[in-house]
Amino acid sequence: MSSETTHAAHHEGEEHESMTKKKIWGVFWILLGITTIEFIIALYLVPQGIIPLRAANPIYIVLTLFKAFYIIAYFMHLKFEKVGLIYAVVVPVLFIIGLILVLTNESHHWIDLRA
Amino acid sequence: MSTAVSTIDEVKTTPWSGGRSPFSVEYGKIMMWFFLLSDAFTFSSLLIAYGALRFSSNSWPAADLIFQSVPGTSIEHGAPLVFVGLMTFILIMSSVTMVLGVEAGHRGAKKEVATWLILTVIGGFMFLGCQALEWRHLFSEGFGWGHIPKDLGEFFHKGAPVSATYTQQFANLFFTITGFHGFHVFTGVLINIIILVNVLRGTYEKRGSYLMVEKVGLYWHFVDLVWVFVFTFFYLV
Repeated sequence: MSSETTHAAHHEGEEHESMTKKKIWGVFWILLGITTIEFIIALYLVPQGIIPLRAANPIYIVLTLFKAFYIIAYFMHLKFEKVGLIYAVVVPVLFIIGLILVLTNESHHWIDLRA
Repeated sequence: MSTAVSTIDEVKTTPWSGGRSPFSVEYGKIMMWFFLLSDAFTFSSLLIAYGALRFSSNSWPAADLIFQSVPGTSIEHGAPLVFVGLMTFILIMSSVTMVLGVEAGHRGAKKEVATWLILTVIGGFMFLGCQALEWRHLFSEGFGWGHIPKDLGEFFHKGAPVSATYTQQFANLFFTITGFHGFHVFTGVLINIIILVNVLRGTYEKRGSYLMVEKVGLYWHFVDLVWVFVFTFFYLV
């Protein structure tokens, strides 16, 4: 047990090196920047007709996934964990993609059932 | 007896050869990760249900027409995304203060941890206050669980068929999902307050580690993460 705690303490030391104040604010500006881009698209580019709504939606989703990556990787610190933990958390998320594919496909058939 | 060690008796030192956690993360922290994973499934099920119902409808109320006021001010029309933008900024900001608190915890700086946690709690309350204002505004318009306004024309884009059924589904999903998220924010604030009290009482100082702040931080960032998706799917798409 004692060896585990010393190991944990050692690991904390590593974390301190990997996430400095400067990096934290860097990630903050990235998140704010991505949100600002989403706002520019929603409030200016789409109403002006520069980007059609059909193209804007996938852009929003990609930008959201970028934000999710930065929150999980840096704020939640997953990027600096052991590779085993990264896979233990990320791989099950693939099930969510499966559910998205199944239900979006299914929902196109529901249209005919609803009137 | 031979002193030579046979290959089978050699002590293996790879992460997965036993004797220690291959994740080299404290037990409570890995359990927090798995809890958040299960919570991610819950939230994605709700959001996927929203997507499926939306995809299977031929018309859907427009977010920029429903959310175009700034509750708490006199701005009633023509300001889509302004208020929710403020809410998003508050939540991202509180995530930053949380991670700065975790960083201070690594240095064992008790006062700094307390300061950042207080700011995080304030951010959480500000977000909840904004959500309360927004909900109250929607209630005053006639939206609610099982309730929609009588006149729906103003909530649909020109040319889109006005549908009471789809508006009702939108309202139910909106209040369920933002309510579930708001409940998470609320519990997050409560846990942050408990942690703050423990920090001030010196519990973690005595323990020699601010790992608890880190675990609660994980939860708080997850709440922020969920909001990023709620924001996209309810207000942008």
